Amino acid sequence: MADPLVWQRLRRSRAVAICGSTLALLTLAAVVGPWFFPASYAEPSPLQYASPSWAHPFGTDLNGRDLFYRVLTGARVSLLVGVCGAAVSLFIGTAYGLIAGYLGGRADAAMMRLVDILYSIPRLIFILVLINAFNRQLQSFAAARGWQGLVDYSSIVILVLALGIIEWLTMARIVRGQVLALKTRPFVAAARALGQSHIRILTRHLLPNLVGVILIYLTLTIPAVIIDESFLSFLGLGIQAPHASLGSLLSDGASAINPVRNLSWLLIFPALTMATLLLALNFLGDALRDILDPRG
Amino acid sequence: MAPARALWQDAAGPRPLENHTMLATLLRRLAALVVVLFCVVSATFLLVRLSPGGPFDSERKIPAAIERQLLAKYKLDGPLWQQYTGYLGDLLHGDLRLSTKYRNRSVNEILAQTLPVTLALGSAAFLVATLAGVWLGAYAATRRGHWGDTAAMLTALLAISLPSFVLGPLSILIFALWLGWLPVGGWDGFSHLVLPTLVLAAPYVASIARLMRGSMLETLGQDFVRTARAKGLGERTILYKHALRIAILPVVSYLGPLAANLLTGSIVVETIFNIPGAGGFFVNSILNRDGFLLGGVVIVYCVLLVLFNLVVDLAYTALDRRISLDG
Repeated sequence: MADPLVWQRLRRSRAVAICGSTLALLTLAAVVGPWFFPASYAEPSPLQYASPSWAHPFGTDLNGRDLFYRVLTGARVSLLVGVCGAAVSLFIGTAYGLIAGYLGGRADAAMMRLVDILYSIPRLIFILVLINAFNRQLQSFAAARGWQGLVDYSSIVILVLALGIIEWLTMARIVRGQVLALKTRPFVAAARALGQSHIRILTRHLLPNLVGVILIYLTLTIPAVIIDESFLSFLGLGIQAPHASLGSLLSDGASAINPVRNLSWLLIFPALTMATLLLALNFLGDALRDILDPRG
Repeated sequence: MAPARALWQDAAGPRPLENHTMLATLLRRLAALVVVLFCVVSATFLLVRLSPGGPFDSERKIPAAIERQLLAKYKLDGPLWQQYTGYLGDLLHGDLRLSTKYRNRSVNEILAQTLPVTLALGSAAFLVATLAGVWLGAYAATRRGHWGDTAAMLTALLAISLPSFVLGPLSILIFALWLGWLPVGGWDGFSHLVLPTLVLAAPYVASIARLMRGSMLETLGQDFVRTARAKGLGERTILYKHALRIAILPVVSYLGPLAANLLTGSIVVETIFNIPGAGGFFVNSILNRDGFLLGGVVIVYCVLLVLFNLVVDLAYTALDRRISLDG
């Protein structure tokens, strides 16, 4: 990571520059953009299905709400879920991979076999059942304690946890592979000879060497979590109204288009935003991987 | 003898015990299937029954006597463990019970109607994904650095980044509404299959192409390919007869996850294109707390996937004799 050549290549890479700035712009717009709108834009108005104009660049929806505003706040929710979900998966995946790789032998084989099995079952399907069961429980739990904030956002909290729980597999595989290679290196043997504890070796010696790889896969996990979240929201099982994410906006747009009346802006703008976001994240992750980890 | 063939035949050698171990593995995997199914059934049943809200809750309050009767009809009365063991007993007889939402229709009946549709869509997408992916990847590998390679790989990254719920509605808008080439949705003949299949397969064509390209490049750098070239074999023969067989192995091991992803993905695609498959019933069963329908779909999906994975593993050993199932 500390290699100056890496920095040079990062700065020279056109892909990193383009994707990075697109991403920064999108994030900025999603996070601070909505504050610059008049408050009335968030509320329903009589202006139903207005086509794009200067006042409403993306048009308005069924309830007369400004679609530009909705897309920005939707992107905010999607990004939030993506980043938090990826952080949860990072934690689980790194811990699992570190332990499996460090233990080696039979324990490693068993742990990796479990990952293989989890890979080939439709995790999203099972998580769907879980989300719905636990969401109601969390809601009644929060309501009993009078935590109104948690009641409103329980579906988002559950989503973040659930998606983190299903997207850790790749991270675990990558980290484990790196640890297997790293632990044969002399500095680990030296640490062991000095009598350092396993935990100290794991956190002080192995983990810092994994930062590069972990960062790369973090950029690739965020879009995966965003896709999962939108998948659930598209089916009406993720983010619930009145909140909206890019997935639920897409779902609204998809059900609005019809051969009789042209309402295509309801679909096109959320779709383009989603596509830009995912493309920028995926291309950035790919470019980073090429630069930081040429073998991967 | 081509060196490629010698490579794996010699490495594995004739194995007299092969059939025996193969059978043992098969039996062990089927036993594992039973265990997996038991866990899945139990987890689904308990999650649905323990989460707040019953299957007959609605806006209107049902009189207590009627609700009791309903619960008795659907065998949801009595203590939880009795309901659970009763359900397991019915499952053993192949009875998936009645749907609590679509009254008077059994889950078996619903699945018998909808599963063929999902399977048709899934297998079409599976074929498209593997064939197109393998071909594209092999093509890109032989043109490494050429513009064809760059174009193919850029398209692949594009397709991976665009999920079906972006690609699907957009393709309806363009090809069905604006151009009018294909139907908007529904399920009636070949033309209704085209868009859903392509939308469902697109990201996996891309993943397989990327996988195939990497593995093909690695294989083409190996000694047996150089030997084949030195012997003066044609580039086509080397590619399709020798290299492909080795290079395709990572793709084969990707087929298990692929099937799982297609099954999950078909839920969205069926919703987008209004296809009467099992996916739509799956989503509705969650929203309606229709526990038996949900259980039925989950069980069937699970059996399908575990069996498919078994077939993939067997195919893998058949293709690559260097690997044994026990290893």
